[in-house]
Amino acid sequence: MLAAILVKIYKKRKIDFLLTITGLAIVLFILFMALLAPYIAPYDPYISVDKALLPPSPKHIMGTDNLGRDVYSRILYGSRTVMIVVLTSTLVSLVVGSTLGLVSGYFGGKIDRVLSIVMDSLYSFPGLILAIAVAAMLGPGIVNTIVSISVVYIPTYFRMVRGQTLSVKNSLYVEAAIAMGASHKTILFDYIFPNVSVIIPVVFSMNVADAVLTEAGLSFLGLGVPAPIPDWGFDLKNGQRNLLAGYWWVSTFPGLMIVLLALGFSLLGEGLNELLNPERR
Amino acid sequence: MASLKVYVISRLILSIPMIFILLTVVFVILRILPGDPVLAIVGMKASEEQIEKLREQLGLNKPLWAQYIDYVAGILRLDFGRSMIWGRRPVLREIMDRFPATLELSISAFIVSVLIGLATGIASSVKSGKVDVTLRVFSIVAYSLFIPLLGMLLQLIFGVYLRWLPVAGRKSPLVDIQTITGLYVLDSILTLNFRGLVTSIRYLILPSITLGIVLSGVYTRLVRSSMLDVLSRDFIRALKARGIPEAKILLEHALKNAFIPILTMMGLQFAILLAGAVLTETTFSWPGMGTFLMERIEYRDYTTVQGTIVFYAILVSFVSLAVDIVYALIDPRIRY
Repeated sequence: MLAAILVKIYKKRKIDFLLTITGLAIVLFILFMALLAPYIAPYDPYISVDKALLPPSPKHIMGTDNLGRDVYSRILYGSRTVMIVVLTSTLVSLVVGSTLGLVSGYFGGKIDRVLSIVMDSLYSFPGLILAIAVAAMLGPGIVNTIVSISVVYIPTYFRMVRGQTLSVKNSLYVEAAIAMGASHKTILFDYIFPNVSVIIPVVFSMNVADAVLTEAGLSFLGLGVPAPIPDWGFDLKNGQRNLLAGYWWVSTFPGLMIVLLALGFSLLGEGLNELLNPERR
Repeated sequence: MASLKVYVISRLILSIPMIFILLTVVFVILRILPGDPVLAIVGMKASEEQIEKLREQLGLNKPLWAQYIDYVAGILRLDFGRSMIWGRRPVLREIMDRFPATLELSISAFIVSVLIGLATGIASSVKSGKVDVTLRVFSIVAYSLFIPLLGMLLQLIFGVYLRWLPVAGRKSPLVDIQTITGLYVLDSILTLNFRGLVTSIRYLILPSITLGIVLSGVYTRLVRSSMLDVLSRDFIRALKARGIPEAKILLEHALKNAFIPILTMMGLQFAILLAGAVLTETTFSWPGMGTFLMERIEYRDYTTVQGTIVFYAILVSFVSLAVDIVYALIDPRIRY
């Protein structure tokens, strides 16, 4: 199926194809990093393995940080933290937001009106600041970070799925299904959801790109995954205090990884959008 | 113009429930989510008595509905409570001390992003091929940039290696600026303070370029697509046929018509601008609302954190209101 999609994109526009492939390659590369971290990391990311703040060298290809930990090993393990937090939280948003959107749009009524208003106001609120508010109240921890990030993206799925549901709800084939006595469940999941779900991969991919930056932002601000768990945003922050003295490597490498991962998902989302969004065909 | 008045009034009335709901959402997040602010403030070791006292002080011993009424009534009276640390100053006054810094950063970052967006967007709508592709990649990369990383790299290059620009703060400690509006650049101009103007601009450059670049990607894309849309219309061809220079057509006729979608985007971008400002301020120790919020979260200054979040919520609603009104002024179709 993936191959078919790729061929289709390739035929349409070479540049889109190149961008998509680049995005996919970046995402897969970092996914493998996360999976293989224990096997390829040269050092333990939690403990001091050498002198502090050593510049990049063959022994430590990305140098060591202020506690003498190997930056490269921390980046490898950090990819695990980032992938787990970001993918889990966007999946939670997807499931919660889509379900609420589907049900709310289909049944309508008072609950729909209230939910829509609440979701609209959440949506209008600056994402990172919303996550900061939630994270500050929940306190540190991986699960709390996941919750804080997923709150930000629930409205996106809610609005999208609800809108699609409303537009499909009154179409002839749904009416036919109702006339034949189909249950609400059948109509929702066999008739409406398949029509709505086409755009989910695009939105998901773009949301993950954004969530990578939100997660990094939270960690950078000290509200993300607690120390000493390796995490790119946190390590970037940790390197900041020594940055102006010229120890650039402690911050730069984790920072570049954040940008690379966000870029990978953005490119992938762009490519999928060109293909799957009916408006672009 | 009567219809405009009607539109503005109805939009104003509509924004009241919107603000109300936002405030309620903030209340839910801050009060109903698990996590006890009182325990967080005094620490786990506090005695039962201390906890009870603080609870009473904050009004957290009342039932939730009473807390909610207190909260909304306070905001309506513009009373955000008092800070819990350092002289217990009124929260709103503390916020207003910091707000101009954020406003100044936001305005200049906004200008940077629109300038970059217009230049790149127009360029990529006129030139196809390599230029177009490069700029398209630029817009995706700009969107994916992590503000603290970009900021730190700029600090390293322009602050540490080249020593051209300062990397932290709002002005040199050696220069005094008399504050009127709190926007240092504007205040320096108003008081004819040349040294103040120089220092405030120098300190503003790196943070606003950092935030501006990250926000510009969206404009590149939008300017490109709305320019392409306008450029394919008949009146542009008519102008070309009359022999009017291309630059004039582009900047005067096409851009004017391409502006409405760009304006809409500016309103939507405001929330992103505010969120980005938090990271920019933290990276550059810029004394605005973002650094303030983070500082008070660290000190567990619960009332101030709540007040700042509420302030952000109200700010967002006001800007969306303002954008809608400007929108109606420019495009008469909206009013009907």
